[in-house]
Amino acid sequence: MSQRYEIRFSGAGGQGLILAGVIMAEAASIYDGKQAVQSQSYGPEARGGASKSEVIVSDTMIDYPKATVVDALLALTQEAADKYSHDLKEGGVLLIDSDLVKNIPKGNFNTVAFPIINTAKNEVGREIVANIVALGAMVALTGVVTKEGAEKAVLARVPEAFMELNKKAFQMGYEKAMAARA
Amino acid sequence: MAKKVAFLQGNEAAAQGALYAGCTFFGGYPITPSTEVAEVMSVELPKIGGKFIQMEDEIGAMASVIGASLTGAKVLTATSGPGLSLKQELIGYACIAETPCVIVNVMRGGPSTGMPTGPSQSDVMCAKWGTHGDHPAICLTPASVQELFEETVRAFNLAEKYRTPVMVMPDEIVAHMRERIVFPDPGELEVINRTAPSVPPAEYKPYDTSFGDVPPLAAFGSGYRFHVTGLNKGQDGFPTTKAAWVQAEEERQVRKVDANIDDIVQFEEYELADAEVAIVAYGSTSRSARFAVNEARKQGIKAGLFRIKTFWPFPEKQIAALAGKVKAFITPEMNLGMCTGEVKRCAEGKAAVHGIFRVDGEPINPGQILEKIKEVK
Repeated sequence: MSQRYEIRFSGAGGQGLILAGVIMAEAASIYDGKQAVQSQSYGPEARGGASKSEVIVSDTMIDYPKATVVDALLALTQEAADKYSHDLKEGGVLLIDSDLVKNIPKGNFNTVAFPIINTAKNEVGREIVANIVALGAMVALTGVVTKEGAEKAVLARVPEAFMELNKKAFQMGYEKAMAARA
Repeated sequence: MAKKVAFLQGNEAAAQGALYAGCTFFGGYPITPSTEVAEVMSVELPKIGGKFIQMEDEIGAMASVIGASLTGAKVLTATSGPGLSLKQELIGYACIAETPCVIVNVMRGGPSTGMPTGPSQSDVMCAKWGTHGDHPAICLTPASVQELFEETVRAFNLAEKYRTPVMVMPDEIVAHMRERIVFPDPGELEVINRTAPSVPPAEYKPYDTSFGDVPPLAAFGSGYRFHVTGLNKGQDGFPTTKAAWVQAEEERQVRKVDANIDDIVQFEEYELADAEVAIVAYGSTSRSARFAVNEARKQGIKAGLFRIKTFWPFPEKQIAALAGKVKAFITPEMNLGMCTGEVKRCAEGKAAVHGIFRVDGEPINPGQILEKIKEVK
């Protein structure tokens, strides 16, 4: 892959999407030996408001650090889906939370939907790890970083006591996305 | 031994650069989008016996770094537009009292509180003209996380070498984005310390110009006694209104930077050798420009990039030389024409200058620049 691959994690402020982007970029840059840049944009609110985190992955030097044509988009809220899907490329990956995004963005996308937040809450056991469930799913759907690299990057970011929880969240997201895609 | 590698945010890299340069004091008042600089310093400084103080406001923060610097410490403060406005009175004080200090100012929208989380490049004029009176100004505008680390080290070096405040001004994008950084080993980057007096305390004068344009600076508490004031002062630091002396002193202070412009100014030239259109850009905007240059070249258009690393002193000579070679300049920036005015001044009408301005909190994207290249080529 010599070209840029652009990923956008979007949702509401406080959902941990910036962290999800950081971990994806760390997986690429530190564990997989690629080039990566992560950036974000958010409003002045600490919680709520549309929030996005962008990751550019490439084999060569990355100049422009923001997205130009998005290859893969995660939207955890309807507002984010409406606001951030305009530059998703044709044939790009669109991952949405099926409970929260009812009005699916129109376009020729590879859309994958499953209840991401509900999976975190009811199957993993804590809603707070929804971002890691989403990350696992994005790793599965994009293939831009290795599963091993991403897992290492997740574990390097979380406190000891929450390692198992996050491991489970990542794995669950990965599997659900694979199943939903099939 | 393999070098230490990390995936760091720009602001974190600025703080790490300050520590590499030997900074032992941070006085600040947190403000978005610069807060992470203070956060890192508050964690790291106590570990090395340094001091971190959160002051009552930005003015107090600037005062605290001036005081700490006079005790011999290398000092840092970090802020953003509204804080930079508040600090101006004391930045002038640091200039006239010739006190080394480094100010990291992360550029967000303005004026006033503007757009706290949106990127901007609209403080570059404030870095030179914000405080009143003639005074030296050094301002660095890095474009990557690695460069933010390295330029913060260089800012400390310049502050110490020329006894003057130095500003490091990343835009919000550079300050908040994360990239891989390779930490230089100790000793790998040059670290400059201020010149200490070579005379005994009784003979010491803090502004003794017989030692050159940058007189040695004693540390308070080291046995040397001197007076510090914001008034025009004599060699001993006490106020004076002697006309010839004041004139000579004002000129000397500005000359510290003007006469050393080649030591201070750094820039990067990309694809300029045969360029007909030169983009002049800095900070994150220069990354959009580089992308646009690559696209233009693929389409057979001779475009190049002059990337400003040192905004003040402005690379006048280099821009003037380019003006004689290219057909047109394009100056994309996240303000309404601050660098553009400087480029016009240096180009002296020899080449057209076309600005691209954005102040809506969105970055200037490569497509916008490419479009302009095609329009003016």
